[in-house]
Amino acid sequence: MNEGAHHAPDAPHGSLREYLIGFFLSVVLTAIPFWLVMARPLAPGPTAVLIVAFAVVQIIVHMVYFLHMNARSEGGWTMIALIFTLIVVAIALAGSMWVMHHLDTNMMPMPHEVSRQP
Amino acid sequence: MTTPSDVSPILGKLTLAALPLDQPILVVTFIVVAILGAMLLGAITWFRQWGYLWREWLTSVDHKKIGIMYLILGTIMLLRGFADAIMMRLQQAMAFNGSEGYLPPHHYDQIFTAHGVIMIFFVGMPFVTGFMNYVVPLQIGARDVAFPFLNNFSFWMTVGGVILVMMSLFVGEFAKTGWLAYPPLSGLTYSPDVGVDYWIWALQIAGVGTTLSGINLLVTIIKMRAPGMSLMKMPIFTWTALCTNVLIVATFPVLTAVLALQGLDRYLGMNFFTSDLGGNAMMYVNLIWIWGHPEVYILILPLFGVFSEVTSTFSGKRLFGYTSMVYATVVITILSYLVWLHHFFTMGSGASVNSFFGITTMVISIPTGAKLFNWLFTMYRGRIRFELPMMWTIAFMLTFVVGGMTGVLLAVPPADFVLHNSLFLVAHFHNVIIGGVLFGSFAAINFWFPKAFGFRLDPFWGKVSFWCWVPGFWLAFMPLYILGLMGITRRMRVFDDPSLQIFFVIAGFGVAVIACGIAAMLIQFGVSILRRDRLRDTTGDPWAGRTLEWSTSSPPPEYNFAFTPVAHDLDAWYDMKQRGHERPAAGFRTIQMPRNTGAGIVLAAFSTICGFALIWHIWWLAAGSFLAVLVTAIAHTFDYDRTFRIPAETIADTEAQRARALAAAE
Repeated sequence: MNEGAHHAPDAPHGSLREYLIGFFLSVVLTAIPFWLVMARPLAPGPTAVLIVAFAVVQIIVHMVYFLHMNARSEGGWTMIALIFTLIVVAIALAGSMWVMHHLDTNMMPMPHEVSRQP
Repeated sequence: MTTPSDVSPILGKLTLAALPLDQPILVVTFIVVAILGAMLLGAITWFRQWGYLWREWLTSVDHKKIGIMYLILGTIMLLRGFADAIMMRLQQAMAFNGSEGYLPPHHYDQIFTAHGVIMIFFVGMPFVTGFMNYVVPLQIGARDVAFPFLNNFSFWMTVGGVILVMMSLFVGEFAKTGWLAYPPLSGLTYSPDVGVDYWIWALQIAGVGTTLSGINLLVTIIKMRAPGMSLMKMPIFTWTALCTNVLIVATFPVLTAVLALQGLDRYLGMNFFTSDLGGNAMMYVNLIWIWGHPEVYILILPLFGVFSEVTSTFSGKRLFGYTSMVYATVVITILSYLVWLHHFFTMGSGASVNSFFGITTMVISIPTGAKLFNWLFTMYRGRIRFELPMMWTIAFMLTFVVGGMTGVLLAVPPADFVLHNSLFLVAHFHNVIIGGVLFGSFAAINFWFPKAFGFRLDPFWGKVSFWCWVPGFWLAFMPLYILGLMGITRRMRVFDDPSLQIFFVIAGFGVAVIACGIAAMLIQFGVSILRRDRLRDTTGDPWAGRTLEWSTSSPPPEYNFAFTPVAHDLDAWYDMKQRGHERPAAGFRTIQMPRNTGAGIVLAAFSTICGFALIWHIWWLAAGSFLAVLVTAIAHTFDYDRTFRIPAETIADTEAQRARALAAAE
């Protein structure tokens, strides 16, 4: 019970500097995709890929600078939890896309009027 | 979307017409419930028990009391879900030769939906969570869970979901869509009524509780184990609980997201799962089974742990192949993420997808089979005591194997094309859920009841219940296998072919036998309470147990262990007994414990009101109660007085009392 009252001694706490770096990076990583969409300097395909790539980097920035995750925190449990989460998310995303792609190609094309009927 | 004209700004869609006054079955049920409820509330008031209930139970953050409350909740809901089962069996046995049975379609459809939802979410989950809550901290030598307030809050959120489901019986109606409410049937076009909304909000609210309790138990197991208890010295039940809670934390967010998307479709006219405007109903089926398949492992894994503990204890032997058991559990945990498509082979994914998911499904039977052999080898050359928990375990082994094999059969896609949505499938999943989850829960109740209350359950009525349940189950579900092979689909209300009636009549008799089993179980509880002095256990270790929960008194003191135990071996308590463990009699120190709080029940009450308001489109109430949730939650963070101290003298007194009781017993 006593452990609950105060933070575990090995839990890292971010310095002001770390938070500022994280904040700065987040702003930049948000601003660039915004600009990509607003100004349209690229074709839609590469734009979408770039936005997703920035989103992934954004997630990593949040984990490192705001959640203070590294391979050693909590005796390695955060790292294990992260790897597990990545695997599960990858399975769910890849599986869903695979399944839905197959369903999409295998479905009989339906005239739009038919699907609208009550 | 309902037109604004029939939505009142004060009461939303709620009118007197929502009360099912034209349906005699519901009116009579309501009268009976109202009378019984009034009697119960009156009795509590008469005997002045409200203060006691509030202080000792409703606001308790003690994991033991919360565990017991989960089990009471599960038992009550078992009765409700079983009442639905009897009604379905009766309807199907009657509706032949031109007879329409006694249930109109919209009522029958609500019953099979409610039966599924209740049995999974409000019987299976409370049982499993209750056992984990009660047993895990005791097995790992902890004084409570990691977040005691969160535990209380999780329980009351589950109760909130239950209240909404029960309310739908008398105010409005429940979903008529089947327990997973596939769109487009559950969409606004085909289900414009409040039924699906009751379903969405009951599950959302209960789901918050389940997710939080999953996080809570996960952290408890990882951070609060007794010194010396490395992962590979953890009792096997705790291992299965760990894997279950990993599954809960990883999959319940998927359910929450699916329900939220479906809610957006229904409330804001979005088109995630509609048939047009870019929506795709098949995405719903895909997503809900990404949650749904791990969910069945969430239910069964802890019971695998129970069977392991029971087999080892009642065979008087260390569990055979502990390491392989742990790995089998972990492999099942991971594989359970890779099989979800087997629930919709027939949706048209094509050969490569179907064969991948068919094979992964079959692969799961390998670790499960390994577990079964481990139990058998544990029994081999053991001194088996056929007490009730062991009887349920053996019944499980015999029953579950059949359910598992029909499961492997269904995993073959071509076979599934024949059996999909048939009564064969219904028989299969009842075979594994009743034979696994329920039999396991009964084993666990009989096993740990003396720990929780200090006296055993009456073996005679327990055996009556056992001998009604097990043959009753076979009688009720074997006809369904046969009917399914003949091509009869599930959820049918009337039948044309009179030659099928005999099977439904036999299944109906089976359910009647199960009803006797449930009655015998309730009698068993009553008789055990009346004869508690004769069934008393003063040792705290009535079954010659092996894990740490048996080292404390029965019931355990509030603080569980006066001194944190040190684990040297896998079966820590057995090891302590072998080495001539002496109970410490002095040197007690003050123990700091979490203080009870009413915040959990208040938060859950506001959440339930918010859910009710959303169901009936009473927007002012929804906004108000949601605001109240936020305010209560923030106010609770300013409550710094969250712990209290049990003085060393009190602990010395309690422990001395226990020492005297132990001496008297010898």
